[in-house]
Amino acid sequence: MRPFDYVEPETLEEALALLADDPDDTVVMAGGTSLVILMKQDLVRPARVLGLRRIAELRDVGANSQGLALGALATHGALARSEPVRRHAPALAATFAAVATVRIREQATLGGNLAHADPAQDPPVTLLALDGVVVAKTRFAERRIPLDAFFADIFETSLEPGELVLGVELPSLPTGARGIYKKFLPATLDDYATVSVAAVIATDAGGTCTHARIALGGAGPVPLRAHEAERSLAGRRLDDVVIREAAALAAAATDPIDDLRGSADYKRAMVGVWTERALREVA
Amino acid sequence: MSQHRIRFTLNDAPVDMAVPAERLLVDLLREDLGKTGTKDGCSVGVCGLCTVQVDGAPISACLLLATQVDGTQVRTVEGLASPLQDAFIDEGGLQCGICTPGQLMAADALLRAKPDATGAEISDWQMGNLCRCTGYYGIARAIAKAQEAQ
Repeated sequence: MRPFDYVEPETLEEALALLADDPDDTVVMAGGTSLVILMKQDLVRPARVLGLRRIAELRDVGANSQGLALGALATHGALARSEPVRRHAPALAATFAAVATVRIREQATLGGNLAHADPAQDPPVTLLALDGVVVAKTRFAERRIPLDAFFADIFETSLEPGELVLGVELPSLPTGARGIYKKFLPATLDDYATVSVAAVIATDAGGTCTHARIALGGAGPVPLRAHEAERSLAGRRLDDVVIREAAALAAAATDPIDDLRGSADYKRAMVGVWTERALREVA
Repeated sequence: MSQHRIRFTLNDAPVDMAVPAERLLVDLLREDLGKTGTKDGCSVGVCGLCTVQVDGAPISACLLLATQVDGTQVRTVEGLASPLQDAFIDEGGLQCGICTPGQLMAADALLRAKPDATGAEISDWQMGNLCRCTGYYGIARAIAKAQEAQ
Protein backbone atom coordinates (compact mmCIF):
# COMPACT_ATOMS: atom_id res chain seq x y z
CA MET A 1 0.00 0.00 0.00
CA ARG A 2 1.26 3.48 -0.83
CA PRO A 3 1.98 5.75 2.11
CA PHE A 4 -0.64 8.34 3.04
CA ASP A 5 -1.40 10.76 5.83
CA TYR A 6 -4.09 9.75 8.28
CA VAL A 7 -6.29 12.06 10.34
CA GLU A 8 -8.81 10.91 12.91
CA PRO A 9 -11.00 13.76 14.18
CA GLU A 10 -12.89 13.47 17.47
CA THR A 11 -16.00 15.40 16.41
CA LEU A 12 -18.22 15.80 13.36
CA GLU A 13 -17.45 19.53 13.18
CA GLU A 14 -13.74 18.80 13.12
CA ALA A 15 -14.24 16.13 10.41
CA LEU A 16 -16.24 18.49 8.19
CA ALA A 17 -13.62 21.22 8.60
CA LEU A 18 -10.81 18.82 7.68
CA LEU A 19 -12.76 17.62 4.66
CA ALA A 20 -13.59 21.17 3.51
CA ASP A 21 -9.94 22.02 3.84
CA ASP A 22 -8.82 19.54 1.14
CA PRO A 23 -11.77 17.67 -0.42
CA ASP A 24 -9.97 16.61 -3.60
CA ASP A 25 -7.08 14.75 -1.99
CA THR A 26 -8.91 13.37 1.05
CA VAL A 27 -10.71 10.04 1.10
CA VAL A 28 -13.12 9.35 3.94
CA MET A 29 -12.86 6.00 5.70
CA ALA A 30 -15.66 4.54 7.82
CA GLY A 31 -15.12 0.80 8.45
CA GLY A 32 -12.53 0.54 5.71
CA THR A 33 -13.38 -2.90 4.28
CA SER A 34 -13.69 -1.66 0.70
CA LEU A 35 -11.30 1.28 0.88
CA VAL A 36 -8.38 -0.78 2.23
CA ILE A 37 -8.78 -3.27 -0.64
CA LEU A 38 -8.93 -0.45 -3.19
CA MET A 39 -5.79 1.09 -1.71
CA LYS A 40 -3.97 -2.28 -1.65
CA GLN A 41 -4.84 -2.75 -5.31
CA ASP A 42 -3.64 0.78 -6.04
CA LEU A 43 -7.04 1.72 -7.46
CA VAL A 44 -7.42 4.56 -4.95
CA ARG A 45 -4.34 6.62 -4.05
CA PRO A 46 -5.34 9.14 -1.42
CA ALA A 47 -2.87 11.72 -0.16
CA ARG A 48 -4.88 11.77 3.05
CA VAL A 49 -7.37 9.40 4.69
CA LEU A 50 -9.93 10.85 7.08
CA GLY A 51 -10.96 8.18 9.59
CA LEU A 52 -14.39 8.62 11.18
CA ARG A 53 -14.19 5.93 13.87
CA ARG A 54 -14.03 8.30 16.87
CA ILE A 55 -17.23 10.19 16.02
CA ALA A 56 -19.53 8.26 18.34
CA GLU A 57 -22.69 10.22 17.47
CA LEU A 58 -22.66 8.71 13.97
CA ARG A 59 -23.15 5.21 15.41
CA ASP A 60 -26.61 5.90 16.80
CA VAL A 61 -29.56 3.84 15.59
CA GLY A 62 -33.06 4.58 16.82
CA ALA A 63 -36.76 4.86 16.12
CA ASN A 64 -38.90 7.97 16.55
CA SER A 65 -42.39 9.05 15.53
CA GLN A 66 -41.15 9.73 11.98
CA GLY A 67 -39.57 6.32 11.48
CA LEU A 68 -36.02 5.01 11.83
CA ALA A 69 -32.81 7.02 11.96
CA LEU A 70 -29.66 5.03 11.18
CA GLY A 71 -26.22 6.51 11.83
CA ALA A 72 -23.61 6.27 9.08
CA LEU A 73 -21.09 4.48 11.32
CA ALA A 74 -23.48 1.75 12.47
CA THR A 75 -21.95 -1.52 11.33
CA HIS A 76 -23.89 -4.08 9.32
CA GLY A 77 -23.74 -6.37 12.35
CA ALA A 78 -25.07 -3.71 14.70
CA LEU A 79 -27.93 -2.94 12.30
CA ALA A 80 -28.78 -6.64 11.91
CA ARG A 81 -28.97 -6.96 15.73
CA SER A 82 -30.64 -3.60 16.41
CA GLU A 83 -33.98 -3.99 18.21
CA PRO A 84 -35.56 -0.90 16.53
CA VAL A 85 -34.47 -2.09 13.07
CA ARG A 86 -35.71 -5.63 13.69
CA ARG A 87 -39.05 -4.29 14.94
CA HIS A 88 -39.72 -1.58 12.31
CA ALA A 89 -37.89 -2.98 9.28
CA PRO A 90 -37.21 -6.70 9.72
CA ALA A 91 -36.37 -7.06 6.02
CA LEU A 92 -33.58 -4.52 6.48
CA ALA A 93 -32.18 -6.34 9.53
CA ALA A 94 -32.25 -9.55 7.48
CA THR A 95 -30.51 -7.77 4.59
CA PHE A 96 -27.63 -6.64 6.78
CA ALA A 97 -27.42 -10.12 8.35
CA ALA A 98 -26.91 -11.65 4.90
CA VAL A 99 -24.06 -9.43 3.68
CA ALA A 100 -20.77 -11.27 3.03
CA THR A 101 -19.40 -12.86 6.23
CA VAL A 102 -19.57 -12.09 9.94
CA ARG A 103 -16.13 -10.43 9.81
CA ILE A 104 -17.16 -8.00 7.09
CA ARG A 105 -20.43 -7.27 8.90
CA GLU A 106 -18.58 -6.33 12.09
CA GLN A 107 -16.38 -3.81 10.25
CA ALA A 108 -18.39 -2.48 7.29
CA THR A 109 -20.73 0.44 7.96
CA LEU A 110 -23.98 1.79 6.52
CA GLY A 111 -22.41 5.08 5.41
CA GLY A 112 -19.34 3.45 3.93
CA ASN A 113 -21.51 1.04 2.00
CA LEU A 114 -23.57 3.89 0.50
CA ALA A 115 -20.61 6.15 -0.32
CA HIS A 116 -18.77 3.22 -1.98
CA ALA A 117 -21.74 2.85 -4.40
CA ASP A 118 -20.95 -0.63 -5.60
CA PRO A 119 -24.06 -1.67 -7.58
CA ALA A 120 -23.73 -5.29 -6.40
CA GLN A 121 -24.21 -4.40 -2.73
CA ASP A 122 -27.24 -5.54 -0.73
CA PRO A 123 -28.23 -2.77 1.72
CA PRO A 124 -28.97 -0.04 -0.86
CA VAL A 125 -31.60 -2.25 -2.51
CA THR A 126 -33.65 -2.73 0.64
CA LEU A 127 -33.10 0.89 1.72
CA LEU A 128 -34.44 1.98 -1.68
CA ALA A 129 -37.57 -0.15 -1.28
CA LEU A 130 -38.07 1.39 2.18
CA ASP A 131 -38.01 4.96 0.73
CA GLY A 132 -34.72 5.73 2.49
CA VAL A 133 -33.34 9.26 2.54
CA VAL A 134 -29.63 9.93 2.93
CA VAL A 135 -28.71 12.75 5.30
CA ALA A 136 -25.52 14.44 4.11
CA LYS A 137 -23.66 17.46 5.39
CA THR A 138 -20.86 19.80 4.38
CA ARG A 139 -19.26 22.29 6.70
CA PHE A 140 -21.90 24.78 5.61
CA ALA A 141 -25.16 22.95 4.93
CA GLU A 142 -27.09 19.76 5.58
CA ARG A 143 -29.38 18.21 2.97
CA ARG A 144 -31.55 15.15 2.46
CA ILE A 145 -31.08 13.05 -0.67
CA PRO A 146 -33.70 10.40 -1.50
CA LEU A 147 -31.94 7.08 -2.15
CA ASP A 148 -33.16 7.00 -5.75
CA ALA A 149 -31.24 10.23 -6.41
CA PHE A 150 -28.17 9.28 -4.37
CA PHE A 151 -26.41 6.86 -6.73
CA ALA A 152 -25.12 8.46 -9.94
CA ASP A 153 -23.29 5.60 -11.65
CA ILE A 154 -21.05 2.61 -10.86
CA PHE A 155 -19.03 3.65 -7.77
CA GLU A 156 -20.33 7.21 -8.09
CA THR A 157 -22.73 9.11 -5.87
CA SER A 158 -24.31 12.54 -6.00
CA LEU A 159 -22.35 13.64 -2.91
CA GLU A 160 -20.66 17.00 -3.38
CA PRO A 161 -17.00 17.60 -2.56
CA GLY A 162 -16.66 18.06 1.18
CA GLU A 163 -19.96 16.32 1.87
CA LEU A 164 -20.21 13.54 4.42
CA VAL A 165 -22.96 10.94 4.85
CA LEU A 166 -24.39 11.31 8.36
CA GLY A 167 -26.95 8.54 8.09
CA VAL A 168 -30.20 7.35 6.58
CA GLU A 169 -33.78 8.17 7.56
CA LEU A 170 -36.53 5.64 6.88
CA PRO A 171 -40.13 6.88 7.04
CA SER A 172 -42.75 4.85 8.89
CA LEU A 173 -44.36 2.27 6.64
CA PRO A 174 -48.11 1.90 6.10
CA THR A 175 -49.72 -0.32 8.74
CA GLY A 176 -49.32 -3.97 7.90
CA ALA A 177 -46.63 -3.39 5.29
CA ARG A 178 -44.46 -6.44 4.65
CA GLY A 179 -40.95 -6.35 3.29
CA ILE A 180 -38.50 -8.89 1.97
CA TYR A 181 -35.02 -8.99 0.46
CA LYS A 182 -34.06 -11.92 -1.72
CA LYS A 183 -30.71 -12.42 -3.36
CA PHE A 184 -29.75 -14.96 -5.98
CA LEU A 185 -26.50 -16.67 -4.95
CA PRO A 186 -25.71 -19.49 -7.38
CA ALA A 187 -22.05 -19.76 -6.27
CA THR A 188 -21.37 -19.23 -2.55
CA LEU A 189 -23.39 -17.65 0.23
CA ASP A 190 -20.76 -14.99 0.87
CA ASP A 191 -20.62 -13.92 -2.79
CA TYR A 192 -22.16 -10.77 -4.19
CA ALA A 193 -25.62 -11.50 -5.52
CA THR A 194 -26.01 -12.19 -9.23
CA VAL A 195 -29.22 -10.19 -8.89
CA SER A 196 -31.30 -9.23 -5.86
CA VAL A 197 -34.80 -7.96 -5.21
CA ALA A 198 -36.34 -6.03 -2.32
CA ALA A 199 -40.12 -5.71 -2.14
CA VAL A 200 -42.31 -3.81 0.31
CA ILE A 201 -46.04 -4.39 -0.03
CA ALA A 202 -49.13 -3.32 1.90
CA THR A 203 -52.67 -4.49 1.21
CA ASP A 204 -56.05 -3.43 2.59
CA ALA A 205 -58.50 -5.74 4.38
CA GLY A 206 -59.82 -6.95 1.03
CA GLY A 207 -56.35 -7.88 -0.22
CA THR A 208 -56.02 -4.93 -2.59
CA CYS A 209 -52.52 -3.54 -2.92
CA THR A 210 -52.22 -0.09 -1.35
CA HIS A 211 -48.44 0.30 -1.30
CA ALA A 212 -45.79 -1.30 -3.50
CA ARG A 213 -42.06 -0.79 -3.75
CA ILE A 214 -39.77 -3.04 -5.79
CA ALA A 215 -36.03 -2.39 -5.90
CA LEU A 216 -33.41 -4.35 -7.82
CA GLY A 217 -29.70 -4.99 -7.21
CA GLY A 218 -27.06 -6.13 -9.67
CA ALA A 219 -29.47 -5.15 -12.41
CA GLY A 220 -27.87 -1.93 -13.65
CA PRO A 221 -25.17 0.64 -12.90
CA VAL A 222 -27.04 1.67 -9.74
CA PRO A 223 -29.70 0.02 -7.58
CA LEU A 224 -32.98 0.43 -9.49
CA ARG A 225 -36.61 1.02 -8.62
CA ALA A 226 -39.00 -0.97 -10.82
CA HIS A 227 -41.54 1.86 -11.08
CA GLU A 228 -43.75 0.31 -13.76
CA ALA A 229 -43.92 -2.97 -11.89
CA GLU A 230 -44.94 -1.06 -8.74
CA ARG A 231 -47.67 0.83 -10.63
CA SER A 232 -48.98 -2.40 -12.08
CA LEU A 233 -49.70 -3.69 -8.56
CA ALA A 234 -51.50 -0.60 -7.27
CA GLY A 235 -55.17 -1.12 -6.56
CA ARG A 236 -55.14 -4.78 -7.60
CA ARG A 237 -55.36 -8.06 -5.74
CA LEU A 238 -52.01 -9.81 -5.84
CA ASP A 239 -52.98 -13.02 -7.59
CA ASP A 240 -50.75 -15.12 -9.85
CA VAL A 241 -51.49 -13.14 -13.00
CA VAL A 242 -50.79 -9.79 -11.35
CA ILE A 243 -47.57 -11.03 -9.73
CA ARG A 244 -46.29 -12.49 -13.01
CA GLU A 245 -47.08 -9.27 -14.84
CA ALA A 246 -45.18 -7.22 -12.25
CA ALA A 247 -42.22 -9.61 -12.40
CA ALA A 248 -42.05 -9.24 -16.18
CA LEU A 249 -42.18 -5.45 -15.87
CA ALA A 250 -39.37 -5.55 -13.27
CA ALA A 251 -37.22 -7.63 -15.63
CA ALA A 252 -37.91 -5.15 -18.41
CA ALA A 253 -36.74 -2.28 -16.18
CA THR A 254 -33.22 -3.69 -15.80
CA ASP A 255 -30.00 -2.66 -17.53
CA PRO A 256 -27.53 -5.36 -16.47
CA ILE A 257 -24.03 -6.03 -17.80
CA ASP A 258 -22.35 -9.30 -18.79
CA ASP A 259 -19.85 -10.35 -16.15
CA LEU A 260 -18.61 -13.44 -14.32
CA ARG A 261 -21.94 -13.73 -12.48
CA GLY A 262 -23.88 -14.10 -15.72
CA SER A 263 -24.82 -12.59 -19.04
CA ALA A 264 -27.08 -9.56 -19.20
CA ASP A 265 -29.89 -11.72 -20.63
CA TYR A 266 -29.54 -14.25 -17.83
CA LYS A 267 -29.59 -11.57 -15.13
CA ARG A 268 -32.68 -9.97 -16.70
CA ALA A 269 -34.45 -13.33 -16.68
CA MET A 270 -33.38 -13.97 -13.08
CA VAL A 271 -34.78 -10.59 -11.99
CA GLY A 272 -38.13 -11.81 -13.28
CA VAL A 273 -37.85 -15.10 -11.38
CA TRP A 274 -36.71 -13.53 -8.10
CA THR A 275 -39.19 -10.66 -8.25
CA GLU A 276 -41.97 -13.23 -8.62
CA ARG A 277 -40.63 -15.19 -5.64
CA ALA A 278 -40.28 -12.05 -3.52
CA LEU A 279 -43.82 -10.88 -4.34
CA ARG A 280 -45.32 -14.28 -3.54
CA GLU A 281 -43.79 -14.14 -0.08
CA VAL A 282 -45.16 -10.71 0.79
CA ALA A 283 -48.45 -10.73 -1.16
CA MET B 1 3.41 8.81 5.67
CA SER B 2 2.12 10.08 9.00
CA GLN B 3 3.11 8.23 12.18
CA HIS B 4 0.59 7.40 14.88
CA ARG B 5 0.87 6.37 18.50
CA ILE B 6 -1.45 3.43 19.19
CA ARG B 7 -2.28 1.86 22.53
CA PHE B 8 -4.22 -1.37 22.81
CA THR B 9 -4.09 -4.68 24.60
CA LEU B 10 -2.84 -7.74 22.77
CA ASN B 11 -3.87 -10.96 24.52
CA ASP B 12 -4.37 -8.89 27.70
CA ALA B 13 -0.88 -7.32 27.61
CA PRO B 14 -0.63 -3.57 26.97
CA VAL B 15 0.98 -2.40 23.72
CA ASP B 16 2.09 1.20 23.17
CA MET B 17 3.91 1.92 19.93
CA ALA B 18 4.15 4.13 16.85
CA VAL B 19 3.03 2.92 13.42
CA PRO B 20 2.89 4.46 9.95
CA ALA B 21 -0.65 5.23 8.75
CA GLU B 22 -0.58 2.49 6.10
CA ARG B 23 0.41 -0.34 8.47
CA LEU B 24 -2.13 -3.17 8.37
CA LEU B 25 -3.08 -5.01 11.54
CA VAL B 26 -1.98 -8.34 10.08
CA ASP B 27 1.52 -6.98 9.38
CA LEU B 28 1.69 -5.27 12.76
CA LEU B 29 0.89 -8.58 14.46
CA ARG B 30 3.16 -10.80 12.37
CA GLU B 31 6.12 -8.57 11.61
CA ASP B 32 6.26 -5.99 14.39
CA LEU B 33 4.93 -8.06 17.29
CA GLY B 34 6.01 -11.57 16.24
CA LYS B 35 2.54 -13.09 16.52
CA THR B 36 2.80 -15.31 13.45
CA GLY B 37 -0.13 -17.53 14.44
CA THR B 38 -2.30 -15.12 12.44
CA LYS B 39 -1.84 -15.99 8.76
CA ASP B 40 -2.14 -13.75 5.71
CA GLY B 41 -4.01 -15.62 2.97
CA CYS B 42 -6.11 -13.90 0.33
CA SER B 43 -5.41 -10.36 1.66
CA VAL B 44 -8.89 -9.22 0.59
CA GLY B 45 -11.03 -10.34 3.54
CA VAL B 46 -12.46 -13.47 1.93
CA CYS B 47 -10.52 -16.51 3.18
CA GLY B 48 -10.60 -16.00 6.96
CA LEU B 49 -6.98 -16.99 7.64
CA CYS B 50 -6.23 -13.67 9.34
CA THR B 51 -9.28 -13.71 11.63
CA VAL B 52 -8.51 -12.10 15.00
CA GLN B 53 -10.83 -10.68 17.66
CA VAL B 54 -11.12 -6.93 18.13
CA ASP B 55 -13.20 -6.14 21.22
CA GLY B 56 -14.52 -9.69 20.94
CA ALA B 57 -15.70 -9.44 17.31
CA PRO B 58 -14.11 -11.54 14.58
CA ILE B 59 -12.28 -9.25 12.14
CA SER B 60 -10.07 -9.71 9.07
CA ALA B 61 -6.68 -8.35 10.16
CA CYS B 62 -5.79 -7.88 6.48
CA LEU B 63 -8.53 -5.27 6.08
CA LEU B 64 -7.93 -3.25 9.23
CA LEU B 65 -5.38 -0.49 9.57
CA ALA B 66 -3.28 -0.77 12.71
CA THR B 67 -4.47 2.73 13.71
CA GLN B 68 -8.01 1.34 13.93
CA VAL B 69 -7.17 -0.87 16.92
CA ASP B 70 -6.07 2.06 19.07
CA GLY B 71 -8.05 1.80 22.31
CA THR B 72 -9.30 -1.74 21.65
CA GLN B 73 -8.66 -5.22 23.01
CA VAL B 74 -7.11 -7.50 20.39
CA ARG B 75 -6.90 -11.26 20.78
CA THR B 76 -4.95 -13.61 18.52
CA VAL B 77 -4.65 -17.38 18.57
CA GLU B 78 -1.59 -17.02 20.84
CA GLY B 79 -3.94 -15.66 23.51
CA LEU B 80 -6.59 -18.33 23.14
CA ALA B 81 -7.25 -20.89 25.88
CA SER B 82 -10.44 -22.72 24.98
CA PRO B 83 -11.89 -26.24 24.88
CA LEU B 84 -12.06 -25.57 21.13
CA GLN B 85 -8.37 -26.32 20.74
CA ASP B 86 -8.58 -29.88 22.09
CA ALA B 87 -11.88 -30.42 20.29
CA PHE B 88 -10.32 -29.49 16.93
CA ILE B 89 -7.64 -32.14 17.52
CA ASP B 90 -10.05 -34.79 18.83
CA GLU B 91 -12.61 -34.33 16.07
CA GLY B 92 -10.26 -33.99 13.10
CA GLY B 93 -11.01 -30.28 12.70
CA LEU B 94 -7.73 -29.72 10.89
CA GLN B 95 -5.30 -31.31 8.52
CA CYS B 96 -2.72 -28.94 7.05
CA GLY B 97 -3.54 -26.39 9.75
CA ILE B 98 -3.16 -23.11 7.92
CA CYS B 99 -6.79 -22.10 8.39
CA THR B 100 -6.90 -23.33 12.00
CA PRO B 101 -5.96 -20.09 13.83
CA GLY B 102 -8.68 -18.24 11.94
CA GLN B 103 -11.20 -21.05 12.45
CA LEU B 104 -10.47 -21.04 16.18
CA MET B 105 -10.71 -17.27 16.61
CA ALA B 106 -13.99 -17.16 14.69
CA ALA B 107 -15.44 -20.11 16.61
CA ASP B 108 -14.34 -18.68 19.97
CA ALA B 109 -15.95 -15.33 19.11
CA LEU B 110 -19.16 -17.19 18.24
CA LEU B 111 -19.27 -19.24 21.44
CA ARG B 112 -18.73 -16.07 23.48
CA ALA B 113 -21.36 -14.05 21.57
CA LYS B 114 -23.89 -16.87 21.23
CA PRO B 115 -23.25 -19.71 23.70
CA ASP B 116 -26.47 -21.40 22.52
CA ALA B 117 -25.77 -21.05 18.79
CA THR B 118 -27.68 -23.51 16.64
CA GLY B 119 -25.99 -25.69 14.03
CA ALA B 120 -27.24 -23.29 11.35
CA GLU B 121 -25.77 -20.30 13.21
CA ILE B 122 -22.44 -22.10 13.56
CA SER B 123 -22.40 -22.77 9.81
CA ASP B 124 -23.32 -19.18 9.00
CA TRP B 125 -20.66 -17.79 11.33
CA GLN B 126 -17.90 -20.09 10.02
CA MET B 127 -18.91 -19.55 6.38
CA GLY B 128 -16.11 -17.11 5.60
CA ASN B 129 -13.34 -19.30 7.04
CA LEU B 130 -12.23 -21.45 4.14
CA CYS B 131 -10.75 -24.92 4.68
CA ARG B 132 -9.48 -27.02 1.78
CA CYS B 133 -8.71 -30.16 3.82
CA THR B 134 -11.48 -31.17 6.18
CA GLY B 135 -14.68 -30.67 4.24
CA TYR B 136 -15.81 -28.74 7.33
CA TYR B 137 -17.47 -31.70 9.06
CA GLY B 138 -14.65 -32.10 11.56
CA ILE B 139 -14.69 -28.39 12.27
CA ALA B 140 -18.46 -28.40 12.83
CA ARG B 141 -18.14 -31.42 15.17
CA ALA B 142 -15.32 -29.74 17.08
CA ILE B 143 -17.28 -26.54 17.63
CA ALA B 144 -20.37 -28.49 18.74
CA LYS B 145 -18.22 -30.50 21.17
CA ALA B 146 -16.61 -27.38 22.66
CA GLN B 147 -20.06 -25.83 22.95
CA GLU B 148 -21.29 -28.82 24.97
CA ALA B 149 -18.19 -28.66 27.18
CA GLN B 150 -18.92 -25.06 28.18
